[in-house]
Amino acid sequence: MKNNSLDTAMPEIKNYVFNFGPQHPAAHGVLRLILEVDGETIVRADPHVGLLHRATEKLAESKPFNHTIGYMDRLDYVSMMCNEHGYVLAIEKLLGITPPVRAQYIRVMFDEITRILNHLLWLAAHSLDNGGMAVFLYCFREREDLLDCYEAVSGARMHATYYRPGGVYRDLPDTMPKYKPSKWHNVKETSARNETREGSLLDFIWAFTERFPGCVDEYEGLLTDNRIWKQRTVDIGIVSAERAIALGFTGPMLRGSGVEWDLRKKQPYEVYDRLDFDIPIGKTGDCYDRYLVRVHEMRQSNRIIRQCVEWLRKNPGPVMIDDYKIAAPPREEMKTNMEAMIHHFKNMTEGYIVPEGEAYAAIEHPKGEFGVYLISDGANKPYRLKVRAAGFPHLAGLDELIRGYMIADVVSTLSSLDIVFGEIDR
Amino acid sequence: MDLSQLKERCANWLENTIIRLDEVTLEVKPAHLLDLCLWLRDTSGFEFNQLIDVCGVDYLHYGLDDWETESTTETGFSRGTTATLLRENPGKPNRFAVVYHLLSLTQNQRIRLRVNIPNQSELMVDSVIAIWPAANWYEREAFDLFGILFRGHPDLRRLLTDYGFVGHPFRKDFPLIGKVEARYDAALGRVIYEPVSIVARVLEPKVIRRDNRYLVEGAKQAGELSHEK
Repeated sequence: MKNNSLDTAMPEIKNYVFNFGPQHPAAHGVLRLILEVDGETIVRADPHVGLLHRATEKLAESKPFNHTIGYMDRLDYVSMMCNEHGYVLAIEKLLGITPPVRAQYIRVMFDEITRILNHLLWLAAHSLDNGGMAVFLYCFREREDLLDCYEAVSGARMHATYYRPGGVYRDLPDTMPKYKPSKWHNVKETSARNETREGSLLDFIWAFTERFPGCVDEYEGLLTDNRIWKQRTVDIGIVSAERAIALGFTGPMLRGSGVEWDLRKKQPYEVYDRLDFDIPIGKTGDCYDRYLVRVHEMRQSNRIIRQCVEWLRKNPGPVMIDDYKIAAPPREEMKTNMEAMIHHFKNMTEGYIVPEGEAYAAIEHPKGEFGVYLISDGANKPYRLKVRAAGFPHLAGLDELIRGYMIADVVSTLSSLDIVFGEIDR
Repeated sequence: MDLSQLKERCANWLENTIIRLDEVTLEVKPAHLLDLCLWLRDTSGFEFNQLIDVCGVDYLHYGLDDWETESTTETGFSRGTTATLLRENPGKPNRFAVVYHLLSLTQNQRIRLRVNIPNQSELMVDSVIAIWPAANWYEREAFDLFGILFRGHPDLRRLLTDYGFVGHPFRKDFPLIGKVEARYDAALGRVIYEPVSIVARVLEPKVIRRDNRYLVEGAKQAGELSHEK
């Protein structure tokens, strides 16, 4: 007998809405994602952000200009010095000052060290999200050396507060801190670990750049032609060049789609126009292209660092402008000279006055364009500070990127955006 | 970028054109924002195809210090004299403004647009989301933090503040320490909100000094300044 009730017996299929994060390890911090799925296909994604909102911009309005440099580190907390760079550039623009050339080279060198730091953490997290544990461990091994460079120069491994309007806090150190023998590492082992630490910081960085391209080869050996890796990333999360521009994408997200746009080349700041490097671009704008772009950027950063080290070795000089109204005088002078002491006191308590006006300064941050829009009403504090975070439009475009893909692709795409909530939520 | 062409064609749409520190700022009349944006995006020679940033600004306390001082002289600083309470700025015809930063990838140019919202009109400007989709979250952020409404935005929800947040925290009359604090109430078994228990303090007063270095004749352009030692 024919079953006529089949049609009515079919259950009505509705889209399913569920919650992803904010404590999910693949949510890269505190992202709450409301996903609407039809079977396993994403119909809509609604990111809820702001769980890390600290109102950094409002806090800056209540502090003298220099006090906010430390807050900049905490925006994108995996590329600390680049954030500082955008902020001090905006102040320098309003003040009309230019740091000494040596300070500019130091800034560029540390910007590129920061770029490698950022891309290493991104690669570590991205591969882990897609199931590769080994690359994660390798990347953190190399990050350790670079964080030691941060520590040697500023005293802090992450939140450096090293860049200042008018230059950098101090010159590069002549010695590197060394490991001491312990019950886990005997004398012979320790001396091997200290091998690259015998000379100055520049020698240490040089030794790193000698070894680092080989490390990138290692990561690429594990990933680039890996079948599983390609299955997870090729043709996933595609964004066309046209849409990438319309959605406000910058940095590797834009270059992955084949747009050759890099502020270091197009609107050079500091000494980037004196350095030799290439801009890698992708073709299809999928997760795999963005991966390739970032990996090649690490190689290019390595090239830039080597050029900076060579220049810095040959050219000693001041690293801070000689204007005590803006930069505090050296301590020795402060202790012996009355006027210098007054300058130091006013600088530390009241800060300096920035002339009335507004300025926008942008740098090529590892994640894209990091811009600082600063309005000053002629006071010792910013009137309004707006941080243009690179990751903000990227996450806003996530909905468009993952529509029509599978649930598993959400994780690949999300981690290919290189999201850090410190800067998105501010 | 041909500025004379811009001024000629868009004269009726603009309130003011400012060039300072190599940056062009167009102050656009609120009614003509969309006209200007569309023109800037689609006219050859301009092609501002990327919206970099949108932000709100509150000018309530602009130019007001909380520590009145005498001018800085060439020989040194003056002392702070009177502590003043923060007042409101009555002179400004517009309290709120929305600032747009545009970038042209083909022309390699930047431009800044500012819409001043007159005090007596409603706090609303046209949404540019149809011209640049990137405006979506930026406008939500400006709405959240300043309470500026965007006409035509399809989904103007709060973005950064907590669910159920009251007020617009980046307004200058919103206290830095906030209005409420959250704690877990064991009896009720949930997080509750209470009025803040801390007192607002000013650690470093905001001072505006008529600094002689910036009053040198012709030195309005900060870029041309030379600093005397």
